[in-house]
Amino acid sequence: MKVPMTEYLRLDLDAEQWECRVCDHVIGTASKSYKEGMLVHNRDPREIHPPIIDPEKYRFTFSPDPDWVRILEYYCPHCGTQVETEYAVPGHPPLHDMQPDLPALRAQWAKREELKDAVVGPAVTADKGHGH
Amino acid sequence: MSEMNTPVAAKVPSPEEVALIKKFLNDTTLFLGPDPEIMQNHDLMPRSEVEDECMRKVGDAHTIAKIRDRIQAGCDEGYEMVEQMGAAPGAKWGDVITGVYSASGDLAIASAGGVLIFSALVHHPIKFIIKNWVNDPTVGVKEGDGFIHNDSRYGNVHNTDQSMILPIFHEGKLVCWVASTVHEGENGAIEPGGMPSMAESPCDEGLKMCPFKVVENYQIKRDILTFLQNSVREPKLQYEDMKVKLFACLRIKQRIEETLNTDGPAALISTLRTTMENVRAEVKRRVSEWPDMTVRTYIIQDSTLRENCVVKINCQLTKTGDRLIFDFRGSSPEFTNRATNTIVAGLKGMLAQVFLCYVWPDLPRGQAAFAPIEVITDPHSIVNCSYDAPNSQSLMSIFTGFTAGQHAVAKFLYSCPEKYTKVHAPTFNMINTFIWGGVSQHGETLGNLCADLNGMGAGATVDRDGEHALAPIFATMADIGEQELNEEEVPFLQLVSKKMTRDAIAPGKYRGGQGYTMMVATKDSEQWGFMTVCQGAKFPPLQGLFGGYACGSYPLCKVKGVDVYDVLMNEPEKFKHSIEEIMNEQPFEGASYTTHHMGMGFEISKRGELFMISQGAGAGYGDLLERDPAGVIRDIEEGLMSPGVAERLYKVKFDPTTLAINHEATAAARDAERKARIARGVPYAEFIKTWNKPTPPSHLAYFGCWGDDVSKLYMGSPDKFRDANSPRPNYMPHPKDVRIAELESRLVALGAMGGEKQ
Repeated sequence: MKVPMTEYLRLDLDAEQWECRVCDHVIGTASKSYKEGMLVHNRDPREIHPPIIDPEKYRFTFSPDPDWVRILEYYCPHCGTQVETEYAVPGHPPLHDMQPDLPALRAQWAKREELKDAVVGPAVTADKGHGH
Repeated sequence: MSEMNTPVAAKVPSPEEVALIKKFLNDTTLFLGPDPEIMQNHDLMPRSEVEDECMRKVGDAHTIAKIRDRIQAGCDEGYEMVEQMGAAPGAKWGDVITGVYSASGDLAIASAGGVLIFSALVHHPIKFIIKNWVNDPTVGVKEGDGFIHNDSRYGNVHNTDQSMILPIFHEGKLVCWVASTVHEGENGAIEPGGMPSMAESPCDEGLKMCPFKVVENYQIKRDILTFLQNSVREPKLQYEDMKVKLFACLRIKQRIEETLNTDGPAALISTLRTTMENVRAEVKRRVSEWPDMTVRTYIIQDSTLRENCVVKINCQLTKTGDRLIFDFRGSSPEFTNRATNTIVAGLKGMLAQVFLCYVWPDLPRGQAAFAPIEVITDPHSIVNCSYDAPNSQSLMSIFTGFTAGQHAVAKFLYSCPEKYTKVHAPTFNMINTFIWGGVSQHGETLGNLCADLNGMGAGATVDRDGEHALAPIFATMADIGEQELNEEEVPFLQLVSKKMTRDAIAPGKYRGGQGYTMMVATKDSEQWGFMTVCQGAKFPPLQGLFGGYACGSYPLCKVKGVDVYDVLMNEPEKFKHSIEEIMNEQPFEGASYTTHHMGMGFEISKRGELFMISQGAGAGYGDLLERDPAGVIRDIEEGLMSPGVAERLYKVKFDPTTLAINHEATAAARDAERKARIARGVPYAEFIKTWNKPTPPSHLAYFGCWGDDVSKLYMGSPDKFRDANSPRPNYMPHPKDVRIAELESRLVALGAMGGEKQ
């Protein structure tokens, strides 16, 4: 049984592994953080959030301060998909952000059909109003 | 060793002695402060014998649905009354709500529109009234009484929100309560507008009304009203809105009485209790469909609104079976003399909005939807502050707490087949708007705020971009208001309003909805000023989702030494309509152009000086290299993003003149970028060898836990911390003292102190 857990991550509940949903690469054991199987890039936030006003003239520019925050970008090592980002205080250990309980998940999904894609959920639609 | 110190086994008091001790303590209570038994509990009260009996008598689902709809319609009617008649600017944009509460004080049914968190937190003051005033011979609770409340230490969010609470009797018996709450704004605090960031103790925060009786025989008591009017800057508003709230409550009372007359009290009581119990049970069922998992996230507040620093909101969300547990331990200690603390009930109320606004909006709006969800915090934490800590800017902590919750919840929802909404990246969470005050062009003393706080950019979802300037996170159906109407009453203009701020983006496969620019300048008053109360000028207050990015940061820009009204009259071509142009081109000769963080204490402005800010963007969703190139071009065409930024980030190749997409070149550029990622990315194990540090960086004033160790809370530097369970004072120096000390040390270094005696 395989379960899509995020836009780019899938859990193989039998093999207990994280997989990339884009390229099917086996990322690593599900008993640890998927991040341990990723490539990481320490991104200067000014590259993503460009200064709107002149950084030569002003202290605050609409760009985050690179001495205060970095963007950790996690890439699939096989296909290069950006699986997750983490806005981090410099030096703060990356979070083990998703720690599934595998036996409980297996028991839960034993009662469900396997899904290739996650359920999207209902769209907000305009109400037709009250009528008789 | 003295005899006094010899350990002696404590004598267990008899039941009679316990009763006597309890009576003694009750009879000699010196002060009825906030009751932890009430304030720490957000679950429903136990089903009473009366409720049990009523539920046995009336259990028919159709009858209950019919009565629930009638009460709901009554609440909506009351809501409309407050919105249409209320004097507070907040009332006009939907910053109000009405609700019906059980006899025990739980919110059973709230109006469909309005700020649900207000009513979801009024059960605390009602329970205070039940516990303390019902049997007090000097107070009592009788038919025709009404109680007022605004002190968040006794319930609700912050003391700018005032509630009117009425008990409803039937044949002499209390059957339920009704209440109406409005964000009134002005409350007599140290700064105008009701949300002072300069408050260093609760005594700076203006009116602090624990629940007390202000209405008898359905009439507002004039002596108390006059005292309240005398305590705030807007006495007319205080009176008008007390009347409006009272009459809204009376209308709901009328609808309840109609139900009592047709169906009887048992049907009403059964409806209120059954609604709450059904919602509570349904929430537990829905939670059980989520994956069993622990999700961790944190959000950083980058200021106390007085100074920049790094304040952590730490969140671990665990789902086990049908239990869902928010663990906020490790969040920053409370600040002893800063206003950004919140009582824990405020945090819980805002977390409830994650579910009722964004996850399960189909559930009846009430207290029950969050009742079974558990919350853990440290004592004297920024998200569970003490009685002595100021909390007038609690929005900073409940909103960042909300975002932590919203970010964590999305990671549970993705795999869950049962969905009621789409998976959603965090919505922008700061009240980027101007609070204002002073004397108007009509000679009125005013203090309030612009409704632009309601224009927060929405987060992207699993299959679409976030909507721009959509709604505040605390009310999905609020309005931004008509600026032109506002300008009839206040002496300033929004010279630029509702124009999207270009390049203030949150990229992703689906990008976040963006925010708009606001430029204000005073006109026709020499006694008028502004303040801003937001974080996020250095560190974004969001996280992105599944590879998407958060928003950037948002500063305050000022232009002084200019009267833009003269410029508009004499040299209109010099005026520009974006912060980018005005700050970069500096078109007004002789003017000063400065930038600041978004915690501007109240500042008197001169005619024609510009204060400029932008609303924020919601977070992006997914890898930006998967974004449809047509969406990127549309963003350029709509002025959301400049062509250079679009090409550099999204790797879309297009003709600079026609914006025609070169799909082949785009695909090649994106493939090349994926390869570049693999080339520059560092394997995790190697990365953390150099990245991970054992303590917070010494160049940042950091507050909260570091890494996974939630037992140690840092307090501003790597060598100052507290045990999480052992509160310590956490004082911040006055920013001006800090600045003076910096400048004096420079003077000392230059030998320029002039021999000043110390």
